[in-house]
Amino acid sequence: MIETRGLRKSFRSRAGRETKTVDAVRGVNLEVAEGEIFGFLGPNGAGKTTTLRMLATLIEPDGGEATIAGADLRKAPAEVRRRIGYVPQGGSTWDESTAREELVLHARMYGIGKADAQRRAARALDAFQLTEYADRKCKTYSGGQRRRVEIALGIIHEPRIVFLDEPTTGLDPQSRAHMWDEIRRLRRDGMTVFITTHYLDEADALCDRIAIMDNGEVVAEGTPAELKREISGDVVLVGLDLAVTPQAAQALDGEPYVNKLETADEGGLRLYVDEGATAIPQVLRRLDQAGLDLRSIELHRPSLDDVFLTKTGRSLRES
Amino acid sequence: MKFARDTWLIFQRQTQLLLRNPVWVFVGVFQPVMYLLLFAPLLKPALNAPTQAAAYKIFVPGLLVLLAIFGGLFQGFGLIAELRAGVIERSRVTPISRLALLLGRSLRDVVSLIVQAVIITLLALLFDLRVFIGDLLLAYLMLALIALMTSAVSYGVALKVKSEDALAPLMNTVAQPVLLLSGILLPLTFAPGWLQAIADWNPFSWAVDGTRALFAGDLGSDKVWQGLTITAVLAAAGVVWAARQFARSVR
Repeated sequence: MIETRGLRKSFRSRAGRETKTVDAVRGVNLEVAEGEIFGFLGPNGAGKTTTLRMLATLIEPDGGEATIAGADLRKAPAEVRRRIGYVPQGGSTWDESTAREELVLHARMYGIGKADAQRRAARALDAFQLTEYADRKCKTYSGGQRRRVEIALGIIHEPRIVFLDEPTTGLDPQSRAHMWDEIRRLRRDGMTVFITTHYLDEADALCDRIAIMDNGEVVAEGTPAELKREISGDVVLVGLDLAVTPQAAQALDGEPYVNKLETADEGGLRLYVDEGATAIPQVLRRLDQAGLDLRSIELHRPSLDDVFLTKTGRSLRES
Repeated sequence: MKFARDTWLIFQRQTQLLLRNPVWVFVGVFQPVMYLLLFAPLLKPALNAPTQAAAYKIFVPGLLVLLAIFGGLFQGFGLIAELRAGVIERSRVTPISRLALLLGRSLRDVVSLIVQAVIITLLALLFDLRVFIGDLLLAYLMLALIALMTSAVSYGVALKVKSEDALAPLMNTVAQPVLLLSGILLPLTFAPGWLQAIADWNPFSWAVDGTRALFAGDLGSDKVWQGLTITAVLAAAGVVWAARQFARSVR
């Protein structure tokens, strides 16, 4: 549905007298399949939005190629526009207009006739549970309502792909969960959904496949489960008193199922193992043999943040 | 055909929003009306005009051109607000004509200017101004072209600078010399030679002369076609330039 090869973009920025060239996107290769929710995960400034804006024909790439829903981005941007929907990050509705007016106008900008546009608007308002507020001005809406109007705008012409830039940023947890349901509904209707996010849980729970972006490059790509599996299995946290920690470390070091072992300063061990579920009984048996008491044992499965940490050397939460 | 439809679509939308808040039409008229009531009475003695009506024939056309220049130049502020709201970006991902995005807005500005011009003209009629309807319509055409040019330029600059803080001083800096060098408040026939020589390079000075000739009923005057031609060419250039700003990336 989307295929990109070596997509590049750099910006010139001026600071005082010096002009600096910032490589915002440095050669992105992506393949997005039809009917999936594809997530672009990365910190702010990673180049996610720039890539998205290139794919949505808003900025011209410096290099590379892309085919979107069968249309060539460089050669036929007008055709790409007809086949995609795009929902920008910072909103796209006008305070003084009503949701219905915005939807009708937006449909008509795609060349749809007036009567058809009105029908589509009514249907979209219904689908997004906005009928009640349809004829109120957008400035009176809550953040979640307004975001739903914006998504409805992005798909009013029934595109095959919709790009959502940070669709849940700034929403409260309830509106966020609601928005996830809306996005899943789009996929159920056969649409391909491409979102950017800097939320780990969102990428994990919502996306079928993700690409992790950092510094203008895709550093990892796959399903969330694949990516997590790729990095060194599970972590077993063994809670121990400080006094017995060195003995326990000695006992467990060199066991075949332990890939790596770390001692915590306040006592206790971190064991990196391939599969936590089978390692735990062995750990328990070994410590029992050595006559050491443990306080707790805990299985920690790797998160996408661990994936990000492995690929970039820093945590997404910190950046 | 698509282009005409797209332009009409944007024009309709913008007009609808303007009508929702029609107070701006009257805010725009307020200043010229003040000039008409509080400044124009000084003109008969100052210009040594035989009657009050003769003084108005000189002053009102200049006032209307002033209205057209300023009405247009400050339209960019509204666009910056739309830019910030994401409305422009949303429009740009649709296949709508980029020229229509500009022209629909500028035509709204032209129409609102003509409404204001009609209000001023009607008020001036109360002060014994008399002008032939045919001449008046041509004068309105001139005003429409000026407003089209200044609003298009204002939109183009707004897309380039993207901030009200930059747009306001920029437009004021442009507007002031243009205003002084166009003989709007007093005809440049009173100006010393060097000042007239500079004013000859100001297209708005030609527009003011042409409009004055029309109000004087002097349809055959060279100033009329010269003024119309200059404003038409500049309006076309302004529209083409600004439409290109709409087509280019807007961040």
